[in-house]
Amino acid sequence: MYQILEKRALNTDVDWMVIKAPLVAKNAQPGHFVILRVDEVGERIPLTIVEHTDSTITIIYQKLGFSTMKLGELEIGDTIHDLVGPLGRPTHIRDVSSIIAVAGGVGAAPLYPQLRAYKAKGVNIELVLGARDKSHLILLNEYRALCNEVHVCTDDGSFGTKGFVTVLLERILQEKTFDHSIAIGPLIMMKNVVALNDSFELATDVSLNPIMIDGTGMCGNCRVSIHGETYFACVDGPDFPADGINFDELIVRQNYYHDQEHVCSLGLKHK
Amino acid sequence: MKMPRETMPVLDPKERSKNFDEVACGFTLAQSQLEASRCLDCKNPRCIEACPVHVEIPKFIHEIIDGRIEDAYFTLYKDNILPAICGRVCPQEKQCEGACVLGIKGDSVAIGALERFLGDYALEHQLHKPTDIVDNHIKVAIVGSGPAGLANAASMRLLGYDVTIFEALHEFGGVLKYGIPDFRLPKHIVEAEIDRLKELGIHFEKNVIIGKSITIDQLKNDYNFKAIFIGSGAGLPSALGIPGENFSGVYYANEFLTRVNLMKSRDFPKSPTPVRIGQRVAVVGGGNVAMDAARTAKRLGAKEVFILYRRDMESLPARLDEIHHAIEEQIEFRLLRNPVTFIGEDYVVKQVKCEIMTLGERDSSGRRRPLPTGTYETFDIDSCIISIGQKPNPILKDATIGLEVNKWGCIVVNDYQTSIPGVFAGGDVVSGAATVILAMGAGKDASVYMDRYINEKKN
Repeated sequence: MYQILEKRALNTDVDWMVIKAPLVAKNAQPGHFVILRVDEVGERIPLTIVEHTDSTITIIYQKLGFSTMKLGELEIGDTIHDLVGPLGRPTHIRDVSSIIAVAGGVGAAPLYPQLRAYKAKGVNIELVLGARDKSHLILLNEYRALCNEVHVCTDDGSFGTKGFVTVLLERILQEKTFDHSIAIGPLIMMKNVVALNDSFELATDVSLNPIMIDGTGMCGNCRVSIHGETYFACVDGPDFPADGINFDELIVRQNYYHDQEHVCSLGLKHK
Repeated sequence: MKMPRETMPVLDPKERSKNFDEVACGFTLAQSQLEASRCLDCKNPRCIEACPVHVEIPKFIHEIIDGRIEDAYFTLYKDNILPAICGRVCPQEKQCEGACVLGIKGDSVAIGALERFLGDYALEHQLHKPTDIVDNHIKVAIVGSGPAGLANAASMRLLGYDVTIFEALHEFGGVLKYGIPDFRLPKHIVEAEIDRLKELGIHFEKNVIIGKSITIDQLKNDYNFKAIFIGSGAGLPSALGIPGENFSGVYYANEFLTRVNLMKSRDFPKSPTPVRIGQRVAVVGGGNVAMDAARTAKRLGAKEVFILYRRDMESLPARLDEIHHAIEEQIEFRLLRNPVTFIGEDYVVKQVKCEIMTLGERDSSGRRRPLPTGTYETFDIDSCIISIGQKPNPILKDATIGLEVNKWGCIVVNDYQTSIPGVFAGGDVVSGAATVILAMGAGKDASVYMDRYINEKKN
């Protein structure tokens, strides 16, 4: 069984959790993810492996939908019904000397193992870390320890610069140049960051988190159009060079079950 | 006077197309004995030869006639470890029943129905033959708990091996669980058959992806498995490769069926995995999976469900029973229609445009080749389910250096041995998408070569 060894709230919506999962941890690398089911009827939900030891993995999740709320109800000592991984391709760590990374909201979680891998190679890293408000900023201290510079912004101005990550990013790009960029966050944020980076002729890697069922290339729910070709985020990704990704199509695919998700969450709140 | 073939009772089409209850109800003992008595007991029974696992069909038929039902079951079980499943899903008309002499001038013996009767009888009466397995404590690993893996596991276990099956999903059975719907193969039957294998002492490990969680090398070196059988099936959906295929509302059958069968979307919101298909559903393809998808869509409440198939009715590769049942359930067959593009609004599918085909010369499959006519027809749809075949999943191949595959991604074998010594493979991962029984046959036959390999290594 997959026992929860540690758990703490990073803010009201986001939890950090360490789970015993030796078979997942054994071969895990930065960029890998797991799929878990909270209980015996649970949905299969994909989550990035943020850190791992020989026998444990760390996940960070936002209690946004029905299944992540159910996950949030579990406590230390409880077990997760099913957990499988490591899934996906490990992040392609590029041969560069400087990186500007951009993380929006809980996107800061999947970014963390990637930046650690870049840091280990001695890459100069600057990060734009954005969130709705001060309380939704996560991993700020960890990133301050990891990055050469961390630029913070919040939508409401309660911490750091007021405004979206793109506002801050544009300002930085006008002053400095970087070899490469990584953006992880909501699809619309990634779309806008990529467009901005493009205007500075800066290539971007993104990490996609579409709806998945099996996570092994079987169902095709997670497909992504890149330059008109189809890729499966679960086995070809979840990290991709952003060039040519059809974000608009992805946004529709991501929201296709929005109404049903709402029905489920209502049931949870009424309990 | 010739006796007519017994017909299997089925649920009323109108009622059953609203639920997931099993459609075909099975023979009674009396019916089974009547049907068994139609067998001519041929001197050279062609049915045995036509069965991929060579069940001694005339023998079990005799035993049914004599009322020795337990004996009949054990005769069957000796060659087929999943009779309750095969009796339901085998394409008998192309195998045993297709070879039956009675079929030349009339109706063949309903061998599939008799097999199912015995399988169900055994589950109901918990028939167990005391097995005298002599443990040899040699570990073998099996990748995938579908028909190929289960058959291989049973055969290896009976030879005394310490057998572990690794399954990537959270339930065992592979395609029997995620693919084939309950109305054709109730899941409790699959569970019961798998439980019987557990009782043989086979270990089952779920949530382990070989190639990811554990590599083939690690299985050999870290876990000391002496031989490995890959039966990971054909799980990668084939694409139409036409514009609009990634619009929302366009599914591959794998996703649609996995949502409904494995994730139990039909019980939404009790089961939190949803499925959304709307009222007008097009299903592309003419095989069993297409029939399963169409009939499942109907049961989820779609008003209009139609098959788009580029050839004619006679060319449909699906089991005859499934085609008949689909017709009874008012699935429409829009034949000689080949989808060429999806038309959508804001990335959600609204229509499918099809080219109208005509039939030309017979091709290598013996069916008349569909040819384009340059004329088109467009259908309004809320969703489309693409069911045109599956290829092997590339995860294992990508993770395993030196594992040879052909241009379709199928593992290349010689006597079930892959390009890596000690690693064997069989079923859909070798043949491409085929049938449950062919996969079982491969799993069973591979065990002979695995046993030989291990013994040669020992000496």
